[in-house]
Amino acid sequence: MTTAVDPGRTNRRQSSFRDRLHQFDLKGVPYVLVAPFFLLFAVFGLFPMGYTVYASLHEWSTRKPDRTFVGLDNYKFLLFDYDRFPWSIVNTLGMFVIATVPQLIVALLVANALSKRLRAQLTWRMLVLAPIVTSVVAVGVVFARIWGQEYGMINGFLGLFGVDNINWQAERWSSWIAISSMVDWRWMGYNSLIFLAAMQTIPKQLYEAAAIDGASSRQQFWKITVPQLKPVIIFVTFISTVGGMMLFVEPMMFGSGTFSGGSTGQFQTTSMVLIDLLRTHGNYGMSAAAGWLLFIVIALLAGLNFLVVNRIQGNK
Amino acid sequence: MSTVLKPPAPTKPAPAKSETPKRPKRRKGASAQVLQPTALTRIGLIAVIALSIFPLYWMIVIASRNTAAASQFPPALIPGGNLGANIERALTDPQANLLLGLQNSFIITGTVTVSVVLISTLAGFAFAKLKFRGSKFLMFLVMATMMVPIQHLGLVPMYLMMVELEWLDTYQAAILPFLVNGFGIFLMRQYTLQSVPDEIIEAARIDGASTLRIWWSIVMPALRPGMVVLGLLTFMLNWNEFLWPFLVLSSETPTIQLAIRQISVGLYSTDLSMVFTGTLISIIPITILFVIFGRQIVSGIMEGSTKS
Repeated sequence: MTTAVDPGRTNRRQSSFRDRLHQFDLKGVPYVLVAPFFLLFAVFGLFPMGYTVYASLHEWSTRKPDRTFVGLDNYKFLLFDYDRFPWSIVNTLGMFVIATVPQLIVALLVANALSKRLRAQLTWRMLVLAPIVTSVVAVGVVFARIWGQEYGMINGFLGLFGVDNINWQAERWSSWIAISSMVDWRWMGYNSLIFLAAMQTIPKQLYEAAAIDGASSRQQFWKITVPQLKPVIIFVTFISTVGGMMLFVEPMMFGSGTFSGGSTGQFQTTSMVLIDLLRTHGNYGMSAAAGWLLFIVIALLAGLNFLVVNRIQGNK
Repeated sequence: MSTVLKPPAPTKPAPAKSETPKRPKRRKGASAQVLQPTALTRIGLIAVIALSIFPLYWMIVIASRNTAAASQFPPALIPGGNLGANIERALTDPQANLLLGLQNSFIITGTVTVSVVLISTLAGFAFAKLKFRGSKFLMFLVMATMMVPIQHLGLVPMYLMMVELEWLDTYQAAILPFLVNGFGIFLMRQYTLQSVPDEIIEAARIDGASTLRIWWSIVMPALRPGMVVLGLLTFMLNWNEFLWPFLVLSSETPTIQLAIRQISVGLYSTDLSMVFTGTLISIIPITILFVIFGRQIVSGIMEGSTKS
């Protein structure tokens, strides 16, 4: 220990002080090192989450700042009397499915391709990952243009086959496809690198044995790679669920920066309802309730995810 | 969104092989067949990459031409000569606020990055190498925070907290909530376990080094590559953050993302060369990092997902 000790002290006192300092160094310092995270988490994580429960049970808005306890009324209103809320869950789920299923399949195939013997490995990986440099706002700006009704290049391309210009914003299905394309474009490469990392941990002997038995590379992919990757696939699905259920910026940018998700809320996600309640209506209680309902939906989906996976594994 | 930083896969991977093993012999046997890409593989991969790059490329094309080019079909594919003029116009336009947005984003993102790396390195070291009561439980709590969408659940009270503290439009409001980052601690714990042998720490202790001294002189130097990776991922994530800055900041004090939204939906919504140029400017800092540190970013994403 380099700490200077007062030279006036006796040797005995000096050593006991050193002992205590040493004890603190061993027993106390570890807590000091991990304390910043837990302090910050308490203030900016735990406290707000708990306070959300309190807020959600009160009638509380900019217009009615005296918090009146109303029990579960906010939750009831959102679920049964505010059509936009249940629809927003349908929209969010729909976009999540459209965005996630094709994305994970393509990411698996891309990871498989990247795992082959390629020259300039890093360059390939970086090219696949490149969309990650953009922000979601930037993606929204560019893709809103690509999916534009009058001059968008998707409609231009479909026009070559005689398809009339589609107003992608107008319908539920079409707006979902456009928004999902933004999610897919930005995250596919990222997820394929996660799959690639997991593929590299699969023992090579499995493939060698399969090749000797005459399995084609397609058979090897479906019979060895995919089953071996199951834990990672489950994990990526889980993370995509959490991310997908909180979808906000893409649909907001698609709807010209508004929270209403189109003329009838056809692409309004639950996060947009939450922010709409908070910012446009200043209704804190209702917005907090929407936050908890969204959390419950995510938790249910995560549970469902594991159930389905168990069922699939059980059948094998 | 918080999903850029992903916690690990719940796998038990075989002993880490960081790179595909290079086989010295190219034989026609079984294993060579496994690794050789077919023509179809290459074509497919190139097609996917073309789709990945095209929107980025097209953004540059429009930013270097004019608004009319954005409406052409077949789409404009050759860059024009207006890039310099467009950038100058975008940066100097007082209502676009791009320079202020860049400045604010650098201050906020820089502070968050330095703090997260520091907090995570300290805590990661403690969890990896120090014995203290409750460390397992505390680490479990850290992992749990990665699974819960804190941002959304606590949004309303956090916003109200900022209102009460009169912190709207301040840096601290935009910075403080993002210092909570379980992933960083998790990642640095893995790096410490991997790159700092127990023996060195014990030897230093016998020589009388204090815990902080050990951290400073032994752990930090060994963790430098890991700190770079965590710093890069944190910087990218926070540079692109939208929702929280949108709530607590305003068009008077924008981050670059808020400024881009502002010009794309407001005054300039029909001035597409302006919008695209601004968007291009907003991704330049991350693109530069990506080009310089591509190797670290790729390995950070891949390692963060399989280490356990």
